[in-house]
Amino acid sequence: MTAPLIEGRDLILSFGSERVLDQVSISIRAGEIITLIGPNGAGKSTLVKTLLGLQKPDSGNVVRKSGLRIGYVPQKLAIDQVLPMTVKRFLTLTRSARRSECAHVLTEVGAAHVIDAQMGQLSGGETQRVMLARALLLRPNLLVLDEPTQGVDVSGQAELYRLIDNIRGELNCAVLMISHDLHLVMAKTNKVVCFNRHVCCSGQPETVRQHPEYRSLFGVREADAIGIYTHEHDHEHDLSGHVVGGCGHDHSHDHDGHHHHTHSNNYEHTTNAVAGADK
Amino acid sequence: MIDDFLMRAVLGGVLLALVCGPFGAFIVWRRMAFFGDMLSHSALLGVALGLLIGVDVRIGMIATCLAAALILAFGQRQSRIGNDTVLGMLAHSTLALGMVALAFVQGVAVDIMAYLFGDILAVTMGDIWLLAGGGTFAIAVLVWMWRPLLALTVSPEIAAAENIPVERLRLIFMLLMALVIGMAIKIVGVLLITALLIVPAASARFFARTPEQMAIGAGLFGAASVLAGIALSWHVDTPAGPSIVISAAGLFVLTAGLSPVFKRAG
Repeated sequence: MTAPLIEGRDLILSFGSERVLDQVSISIRAGEIITLIGPNGAGKSTLVKTLLGLQKPDSGNVVRKSGLRIGYVPQKLAIDQVLPMTVKRFLTLTRSARRSECAHVLTEVGAAHVIDAQMGQLSGGETQRVMLARALLLRPNLLVLDEPTQGVDVSGQAELYRLIDNIRGELNCAVLMISHDLHLVMAKTNKVVCFNRHVCCSGQPETVRQHPEYRSLFGVREADAIGIYTHEHDHEHDLSGHVVGGCGHDHSHDHDGHHHHTHSNNYEHTTNAVAGADK
Repeated sequence: MIDDFLMRAVLGGVLLALVCGPFGAFIVWRRMAFFGDMLSHSALLGVALGLLIGVDVRIGMIATCLAAALILAFGQRQSRIGNDTVLGMLAHSTLALGMVALAFVQGVAVDIMAYLFGDILAVTMGDIWLLAGGGTFAIAVLVWMWRPLLALTVSPEIAAAENIPVERLRLIFMLLMALVIGMAIKIVGVLLITALLIVPAASARFFARTPEQMAIGAGLFGAASVLAGIALSWHVDTPAGPSIVISAAGLFVLTAGLSPVFKRAG
């Protein structure tokens, strides 16, 4: 086995009397796609911040492979209106790039038209795409995404996951993704880590789903309602939710098992209703 | 002779405004206005210490500002007392200490008003050289760390994830601020320096589409305020420091009024 890109060993962290990280060990290797799931307040973001070096653990250590380039897409980015910032300038926040390079990555995430817009005026979906474009520009070997689809409607979410998957394929980078549920887990995830202040269980999505700790953490009903997107679209959406080319009614999303009818109907409904409403 | 002191006032004031522009922009973005206030309050202690020890008061002011910035940086490492409280305590206790220490200075009549509101018409060539040297240094360091500092301002998480030394940059920025404020007191005074930092930057916001435009714009608005303030002081015989701040505020009202014209700047 190659050395991990980044590894946290026996991380312990308390805020006051509350222990947020309880002997957490986690490692990410080249090419892996890891989804970190857990309920709200489980300390997922804290764990990621500790791995990134933004939060110092009380004990334990984090080892980064030398030369590791991390592309980080935070949970939400509120660029204050007091700070004027065009999308182009935001893309070059931590490294310089020519306008043509910026235009290229924006095209890849389907947001070419916002290049001269102010960051503060973008919709939630557009902001996420621009953040992905920025991460793409860095050519990272590890992409860290903290609930990347927050504040994005359902059809937009599926599209974002498809984008993330494309980017991963192109950069051949490892991915660490945080999610508060298993409803949307990338099809190619090879490891799900179920986390609630400690690592409850980890493994293939299917294995985790059957795990008693997972079921007790999320409740049986919720656990049964897991959906895994395989992202086999028969059509694509542009940024504003319009269907680009051939919308058949044969939506072939593979919404694994139990909740097929509810979630799938919901999804189709949203797709139709949402056209042009992404703003 | 008259022209000489006027030239020095204009030169010193414009130099200071150009230096304050980019720093003021960062103060506005990072919401550190109160931090600037605290530093300037501590400068009065520097005046007293300078006079007591027999060191140039300018050196005294810069030294106490730097010390206050370091104490603040240290104080922010704990979380039981909020940053604003730490700032407030430092501001008022250093101001009080300064006033008490000034009472011990004997034989010299200290013109406190000159330190509170600045005395730009008394700027010497020595002040101007200090400002030119210190200002060039401060701006050079700021330009050198511009990109990472801006990244840190937008998102400390992104900065940390991408290997930017967040804590070190924060400290360097605070020390540079202390240097700039320590140099500025002579010209606009303890009570008005924050205004010279934030008002031109706020005016520039209406025109700017990028951080760089706002930083440079703030310098230009500041320089315009200095020129207008000195002109006002010259013709109407008003105190110079406050006149500069009034001009800056007037420019802000004007640009805010014109801002619908520049709405596209968002």
